[in-house]
Amino acid sequence: MRLRSIPPSAWIGIAGIVLALVCAVFAPWIAPYGEREIVGDIWQPVGGDFLLGTDNLGRDLLSRLIFGARTTIFVAMSATLLSFSLGMILSFTAAVVRGWTDQALSRLNDLLMSVPTLIFALVVLAVLPQEMWILILVMAVLDSTRVFRLGRAVAVDIAVMDFVEAARLRGEGTVWIIFREILPNALSPLLAEFGMRFAFAVLFLSTLSFLGLGIQPPAADWGGMVKDNKDGIIFGIPAALIPGGAIAALAICVNLVVDWLLNRTSSLKGGRG
Amino acid sequence: MAKDQREASTLDASGGTALLEDAGSGTPQDLPPVSPVRASGGRFGAVAGFHSNHPLAALILQRIALSVGLLFAVSLLIFLGVEALPGDFAQTYLGQSATPQAVANIRADLGLDRPAPTRYVEWLGGVLQGDFGNSWASGQSVTSQIAGRLGNTLFLAFFAAVISVPLAVGLGMLAVLYRDKAPDRLINIFSLAAVSLPEFFVGYLLILFFGVQLGWVSYPSTVFSGMPFADRLQAVALPVATLVLVVLAHMMRMTRAAILNVMSSAYIETAELKGLNAFRIIARHAAPNVLAPIITVVALNLAYLVVGVVVVEVVFVYPGMGQYMVDAVTVRDMPVVQACGLIFATVYIVLNMIADILGILANPRLRHPR
Repeated sequence: MRLRSIPPSAWIGIAGIVLALVCAVFAPWIAPYGEREIVGDIWQPVGGDFLLGTDNLGRDLLSRLIFGARTTIFVAMSATLLSFSLGMILSFTAAVVRGWTDQALSRLNDLLMSVPTLIFALVVLAVLPQEMWILILVMAVLDSTRVFRLGRAVAVDIAVMDFVEAARLRGEGTVWIIFREILPNALSPLLAEFGMRFAFAVLFLSTLSFLGLGIQPPAADWGGMVKDNKDGIIFGIPAALIPGGAIAALAICVNLVVDWLLNRTSSLKGGRG
Repeated sequence: MAKDQREASTLDASGGTALLEDAGSGTPQDLPPVSPVRASGGRFGAVAGFHSNHPLAALILQRIALSVGLLFAVSLLIFLGVEALPGDFAQTYLGQSATPQAVANIRADLGLDRPAPTRYVEWLGGVLQGDFGNSWASGQSVTSQIAGRLGNTLFLAFFAAVISVPLAVGLGMLAVLYRDKAPDRLINIFSLAAVSLPEFFVGYLLILFFGVQLGWVSYPSTVFSGMPFADRLQAVALPVATLVLVVLAHMMRMTRAAILNVMSSAYIETAELKGLNAFRIIARHAAPNVLAPIITVVALNLAYLVVGVVVVEVVFVYPGMGQYMVDAVTVRDMPVVQACGLIFATVYIVLNMIADILGILANPRLRHPR
């Protein structure tokens, strides 16, 4: 693949993702102030002493935004990785083993998908203690239903190919077939899906935090920062829009890259039509 | 495994056995095992006769039966989700410092000391009669509190749907008409951005601009019973606009894809090659086939609207179901959470079912699966 064949929209997306990743990884060195450090009056305007102003407790918004990138990306990425591992292993198992296992897993998946994700998450999070690993687990399990559906569709197509049959005949086990025959062939269609699920995870986590059920204060995360600063809106203070814009920007960047990946794979197959 | 059996037994207990038999004769693989019911001889023959005499009605009945079965399974899931998960409510409810006696008292008060199956049957029996129990936080009947809020939410969702559906279908068609030209590109970029925007960001942006800076509408968007209709409309203007913006992009992209899919098929090309004019191709060849996917797109997105409404209501402090549910989740008021969860899930499942049935009616090919 030549670099010149990447369209400008995808470059914008890649640049945005890299910027967010750099902020996430090097947060303590980049941020001018600490994550929980109170540095001035509440809701100071953009510009002035603090580049993006201060929040509802007088903390530097830019610093919290940089630290928030760390939390938001870490949680969303962990949830997506977990949901992909879970969804892919289960869906490939269903597609390879077939029969009773496939029926049970598929029907359970249909059942879980028949309830809207956010509603399901609200019901479950109402009961569970508010811990970060529980949040990641809940997001991953709910999201893995979508991965399962796609993964099974892809794997069923591959499972009937000759090389899988050959592997079966020479006596390879189910685990070997899943990891050595199905997985390498299913990776490229699932790559674009991974980006899409990650963008969704960022939005979903932010929504949960905004509703007060995601990351708990005082840790900074973008959805929670919108919640913290939303009372300023009525006085015309746009502090809540800055983290909101960051969420939107990251999601747009990921979607730009996904859009390019999707176009590329479909043009490799000879176009959509 | 145990769960599967319990699901099956709930389905049997629902009294909808005749419907299930019917469903079973169509696509057996879509159902949990109900073989003992189907084995009941003579009645099965009667159902099979109905199936061959009225295939369409049988198919629709089958979809409805499937949805009813799904609803029972979901009710069990929501109940189990609340019951079987770790953590003792009474303890959480009272806090760490509560005495064991106080915890036992509150458990008895809320009826938590009785076995879960008994409580599930009682809860479901109440729900079927429209009684969702009493709120733990306020002690009042959940049903009476929900009634007004459900109306408010439907009011909001109805206007969002009325505006967004024609707009999305129209813009989707426009994008197809100018495919790969400037309007299509513009619509594509706009919708890619809109898909990525969180609901609360759009909401606060609109509030800041139209509510605070221009002062056109009031914020928060409070409505109350006995409010004049015009005031009510003005109050929901911004929430509706937010919902429309959020749903529009999804619906537009999916409409565009659905139409393009049909327009690129072989019979459209044949129609073009034999020299039919564009209008005739669209009206006679494309429209009947594109109707089913568009109906599906619309219903799917209306279902998506149900979820979007939760966040939008919180943003605008609008007294609807979504806000009620989020408040209940924060204070762990389980009867309210269960009731709201079940109602949202029901609306979602019913919309999907309607999409399914309309799709079958619009496209005869879907009547013969596989």
